[in-house]
Amino acid sequence: MQQKVPFYILLLLLVGIGLGSAIHRHIDLEVPWTPGETREVWSVEARLEFTARDKPVIALLAIPETQPGFTLLEQGTASPGYGLSYLTEEDVPAVRWSTQKATGKQVLYYRAQFLLDTRTDKVWPGPPEIEPAPILPELENVAAGRLLDEVRADSANQITLVAQILNTIKANDQKVSLLKQGRDDVELAIMLTQLAGVAARPVTAVNLRHNRRNQDGIPYLMVYEEDQVAFFNLQTGKEGKPARLLLWEMNGQPLIDLEGGRNTRISFSMARVIVPVQQAIEEKYRDLSPIRISLHSLPQEEQQLFRGLLLIPVGVMVVMIVRVLVGLRTSGTFMPVLIALALMQTALGAGLAGFVVVIFAGLVVRSYLSRLNLLLVARISAVIIVVILLTATFSVIAYNLRLVEGLNIMFFPMIIIAWTIERLSLLWEEEGAKEVLQQGGGSLMVALLAYVVMSNIYVQHLTFNFPGLQLVLLAFVLMLGSYTGYRLIELVRFSPLADKENTDQLR
Amino acid sequence: MSWLVSPRRLRELGVLGMNERNIHYIAGFNERRLFPLVDDKLKTKEIALASGLAVPTLIGVVRYQHQINEIAEVLHNQAAFCIKPAKGSGGKGILVIHDHDDELYYKPNDQGLTLGDVKRHLSNILAGLYSLGGQPDKAIIEQLIHFDDHFSGYSFEGVPDIRIIVFKGYPVMAMMRLSTAASDGKANLHQGAVGVGIDLRSGRASHAVQYDRVVHKHPDTGLPLSEVSIPEWDKLMVMAARCYEMSDLGYIGVDIVLDAHRGPMLLELNARPGLAIQIANGRGLAERLVQVKTFAERARMPDERVALVQQSFY
Ligand SMILES: Nc1ncnc2c1ncn2[C@@H]1O[C@H](COP(=O)(O)OP(=O)(O)O)[C@@H](O)[C@H]1O
Ligand SMILES: [Mg+2]
Repeated sequence: MQQKVPFYILLLLLVGIGLGSAIHRHIDLEVPWTPGETREVWSVEARLEFTARDKPVIALLAIPETQPGFTLLEQGTASPGYGLSYLTEEDVPAVRWSTQKATGKQVLYYRAQFLLDTRTDKVWPGPPEIEPAPILPELENVAAGRLLDEVRADSANQITLVAQILNTIKANDQKVSLLKQGRDDVELAIMLTQLAGVAARPVTAVNLRHNRRNQDGIPYLMVYEEDQVAFFNLQTGKEGKPARLLLWEMNGQPLIDLEGGRNTRISFSMARVIVPVQQAIEEKYRDLSPIRISLHSLPQEEQQLFRGLLLIPVGVMVVMIVRVLVGLRTSGTFMPVLIALALMQTALGAGLAGFVVVIFAGLVVRSYLSRLNLLLVARISAVIIVVILLTATFSVIAYNLRLVEGLNIMFFPMIIIAWTIERLSLLWEEEGAKEVLQQGGGSLMVALLAYVVMSNIYVQHLTFNFPGLQLVLLAFVLMLGSYTGYRLIELVRFSPLADKENTDQLR
Repeated sequence: MSWLVSPRRLRELGVLGMNERNIHYIAGFNERRLFPLVDDKLKTKEIALASGLAVPTLIGVVRYQHQINEIAEVLHNQAAFCIKPAKGSGGKGILVIHDHDDELYYKPNDQGLTLGDVKRHLSNILAGLYSLGGQPDKAIIEQLIHFDDHFSGYSFEGVPDIRIIVFKGYPVMAMMRLSTAASDGKANLHQGAVGVGIDLRSGRASHAVQYDRVVHKHPDTGLPLSEVSIPEWDKLMVMAARCYEMSDLGYIGVDIVLDAHRGPMLLELNARPGLAIQIANGRGLAERLVQVKTFAERARMPDERVALVQQSFY
């Protein structure tokens, strides 16, 4: 018992490492605890159209980056005949197209895939430097000054100030009408914020809505107040940022800078794709070292293999619980796990029926073989061959009768089944059919229990996506292995000992 | 009478459970490397003979398939014998022949087997049908044990055997298993054999159960079980105690049979003895095991240990 302490430390270590790795995967790699979660991926396309003027063309298009709310997964262009470079290190990230000579209507496409992502490492860019206020004609200057005085009186900080400015622009006011001459609402709003000395960042955003084409960029204004950032839609004057608002350009620059063309026009179209969370995560963390990713990076076939493999410990644990805590015996220690695995490859009902049929047919064959006085090896080999033939036949018949689709009881571990048949038939001869039913049925029950646990989608999800949990299973199995308490059936078995009249001595 | 008992009550009664037996007693006191000595009955026989304990006389060992063909000659001179797998357990694969005429071999219930049947049985044993994990095995042929007249009327078709649990060389509990018609001549308690708890001092029955319930009379013959008393009891106890030195195993079940002519003989040792002995005795093992742990080890000779036990446990 002196080894108890290191043993418990080992258990704690296993559980700690196992849970730790699972929690790490959940938090850092966003692997969800439950299956079936999905993510939105938006595919956004910017279409740049212009008329070339028989001269060299250089077109610069501002492009979006990963930002709070969106992670850039992938980007690309479609622009035959143009040289291409990404200027992502510049202050204003952009894509640059260039060509020696172009004529007529030109269309260039830029496409990006964005994951709608509540967890990015990016933060919004800070407030820009306050630009010197523009010099205005006297009359306008006075009007603007008055207007700002009024607005200031109604506001508490930068954000409310901008809100008030935008409100007044929408209102019917003489001063506003005066200022609006020669400016549109957006220009006026930006000018007034500059005059008011507010640190604000004009940006261009795209509102993502499924299957929209020909959308325009929307001017927004980001306003800063200490740690807070507020978004104002300059077209409507409304405050707030919808979750699916992608900021395309964040430096108050025009989206396009074109040399050698005219009639420029830019429009956006977008579509939403719902993808399983695993796929989204896979793409998001593609650049990280593979060890940090998961079994999902394996080819499909290997993945399938591992799915099954990682479930075995769960089945083994079920058998352990049944044996150590309940006290049921199974014929062949882990035989039930193998049966459960086989059942998972087939449909449950068909698998069970197939199993019973195979065992029964095997027993019949075996009872004939027993009259031939064969060696045990020969007998078992014969049973294996016959059992395989029978399974193949049953599979084909069942399939052709459309009893089941793609029934495949070939998955049963034939050698083990042959041994089981041998043991059961002996049991039959020595102890009778009742014992066979009891032991066989008991094993089948345990197999079913293991099957129910192993085919649970949550269990499958957890074992496959959090391989670290295997260590927790290991710790649990070790703990069960050192459990010295009574088994459930012993509470029944030894009940006569607790009975007064039953413990009376003979004399 | 309730069919369920709380774990706490069982603990109070000192009942030893399977998990605790496995971990504390078998894993704790039986070295793995010693298991082959008792898992192979042939080896057990050898070490028993070497330490001067009586065992049923060996007639022959069948190791290879081809030896089976000559088996008729080996058996020819033996009126009565028993064939068993060297690595068998729980009575599996034991064939008792009490008479034969070289053509038909008669089991205790007078069912006749042909020579072919016997050969097939031997071949099954060699192939490992009855051994743990199906490993290849040997077949042991030994002389039949004739049971002591003492027990006529108490055992149906089978030799009653006596099981003594020996912990660190101290016999701690004993029982006798009497086969019945219900158990089909087999001495397995769960099949309906009668388990008789034996008082360690006197060798007399103290308690008896069938199907886990108290019985007072043998179910077939009606003889009172309280009259059961084992002759030469102290000799049996010492024999059991000596198995400790012989095997070095700390926790064993010693199976002894009484032969009408040769007295007590060691049948086999069990490194994983079952727990039914507690039900047969109507009491738990745990208390005695704990008490033995306080007895000094090895310091005593087998007969001294028996004496100490007989003073302490009643
Ligand atoms: N030589 C023998 N003569 C008569 N009966 C025997 C003989 N050997 C074994 N048996 C019977 O078989 C039973 C089991 O034998 P044993 O050697 O203890 O094997 P197991 O390991 O299978 O329990 C004994 O209780 C006894 O009834
Ligand atoms: Mg035995």
